[in-house]
Amino acid sequence: MPGEVSALALENIRVTFVSQDGARYTAIRDTTLRVAPGEFVSVVGPTGCGKSTLLNVAVGLLQPSSGDIRVFGQPLSGLNRKAGYLFQSDALMPWRTALDNITAGLEFRGVEAHEAKRQGEGWLQRVGLAGFGDRYPHQLSGGMRKRVALAQTLILDPQLILMDEPFSALDIQTRHLMENELLEIWSANRKSVVFITHDLEEAISLSDRVVILSAGPEAHPIGEFEIDLPRPRDVAEVRLMPRFIELHTRIWHAMKAEVLKSYAQHKQ
Amino acid sequence: MRLRQLALFAALMAIWYVATSPTLLPPIYFDNPDKAAFFFGEPLKVLEQMWIWFSSGAIYPHLWVTLVETVLAFLVGTVLGLVMGLWLALSTTASALLDPYIKALNSMPRVILAPIFGVWFGLDIASKVALGVTLVFFIVFFNVYQGVREVSYTVLANARILGASDRQLLRHVYVPSAMSWVFASLHNSVGLAFVGAVVGEYLGSSRGVGYLILQAEGTFDINAVFAGIVVLTVFALLLDWMVTLAERRLLVWQPRGGETEKI
Ligand SMILES: Nc1ncnc2c1ncn2[C@@H]1O[C@H](COP(=O)(O)OP(=O)(O)OP(=O)(O)O)[C@@H](O)[C@H]1O
Ligand SMILES: [Mg+2]
Repeated sequence: MPGEVSALALENIRVTFVSQDGARYTAIRDTTLRVAPGEFVSVVGPTGCGKSTLLNVAVGLLQPSSGDIRVFGQPLSGLNRKAGYLFQSDALMPWRTALDNITAGLEFRGVEAHEAKRQGEGWLQRVGLAGFGDRYPHQLSGGMRKRVALAQTLILDPQLILMDEPFSALDIQTRHLMENELLEIWSANRKSVVFITHDLEEAISLSDRVVILSAGPEAHPIGEFEIDLPRPRDVAEVRLMPRFIELHTRIWHAMKAEVLKSYAQHKQ
Repeated sequence: MRLRQLALFAALMAIWYVATSPTLLPPIYFDNPDKAAFFFGEPLKVLEQMWIWFSSGAIYPHLWVTLVETVLAFLVGTVLGLVMGLWLALSTTASALLDPYIKALNSMPRVILAPIFGVWFGLDIASKVALGVTLVFFIVFFNVYQGVREVSYTVLANARILGASDRQLLRHVYVPSAMSWVFASLHNSVGLAFVGAVVGEYLGSSRGVGYLILQAEGTFDINAVFAGIVVLTVFALLLDWMVTLAERRLLVWQPRGGETEKI
């Protein structure tokens, strides 16, 4: 979409980690990723290639070694205030109940406690955790904690949603439920989404566009695929469409070489 | 198990009774049958002494003073430790500057300070509280310091992305995390506050259970000394039990072993 300002623009990002003994590891190089307002983009790549690293750069937790980051046209300095971030690992505050975790962001913004609680209850319901509001994180399963984290992020209605493998801990049925829920929330008022996953089918069924990263080190995008499946979609049904299978086969071929490369590297 | 614990207690009491009674056993070690009782007291007389203290009410003011000293030392020490711990853990300059001093103060045997505190704060409760504070402070301080350092990076980053300001981070992330460490050391710090109070009294005062013991020693009333020790022990156990209750309420969010129902 020429002329339009990207919700998120990562330009020529390079990330080189330097460990304490001076060893250098370039996780990502030459990576450009632009996400239009309202666009749903998935990033797929083999494990350890640098997907989380890329999101950390986008949210402002990690300074890239070189490259520019623009958020709605503005260069990013410090934390990305427009973004909501769903961490890959546990990020809930263990001393807060599920409900208090969900409403934490509202509380930080000074929303009145009563109103925050009302919205929080609504979100508990939406992520299928009604009645679990007063549990502490250690009393919830891994998948439940992920859903609390999802509600915690989405309750703030961020312009840009960054998700790092949010559903990988869920069983396939719950996963489809949550994916459909996510699509519904997203289509209600289209926000930009960057969705990271290992699962190519998940990526295709949710996204407008799928970006494939190569295996690390020096991971970089090796392919981009527009997903022209009709919306609204049901993530389970869309998988049966011929067009889905066609796209899946094409992307899978592009990826296969990379997966094998990554596997060979780690076996050495 | 309770039963066996009680049986062991009864056996120990019986041995004590038989060994110190002037008439039951022929003197084995001591040349005089009254000597054993002189050194080790007699359980019945100890009990009698305690009965006199409690029935006449003479001990309550002393217990009260010791309790007040313990609680004050605990509260003041905890607040100071919390504030200093948070400050040093969050400010790298402050911690770099003060680190050697903290280490030195901590390795100093602080009971030695009791007479100095007596001179500074007088023989009333203030000097005992001061001694207790120096003991409690370091426990809390080091735990808070650790607690802040151990905050998970992800939890912290997440709270910041959710929009927490520095103050809110302190209040909603650092303090709760530090408090969990403080609570974990609650038994230690309450115990040390108590030690500070009693030792302070023992080294110079006109009130408190420690003073009572000192006085009894002055008149070689060994039964009263033992009675004082028993009272202190029971008192310490009570304090510890209250700490356990408080802990259960305050640390609900922490995983504990054995939370399943046994059928
Ligand atoms: N702080 C760091 N210091 C050094 N190396 C790091 C650091 N963080 C990540 N890396 C390295 O960068 C690479 C990419 O890590 P990253 O977590 O982004 O992978 P990922 O694609 O998210 O993997 P997964 O799919 O398993 O989550 C890895 O090889 C990792 O070892
Ligand atoms: Mg990752």
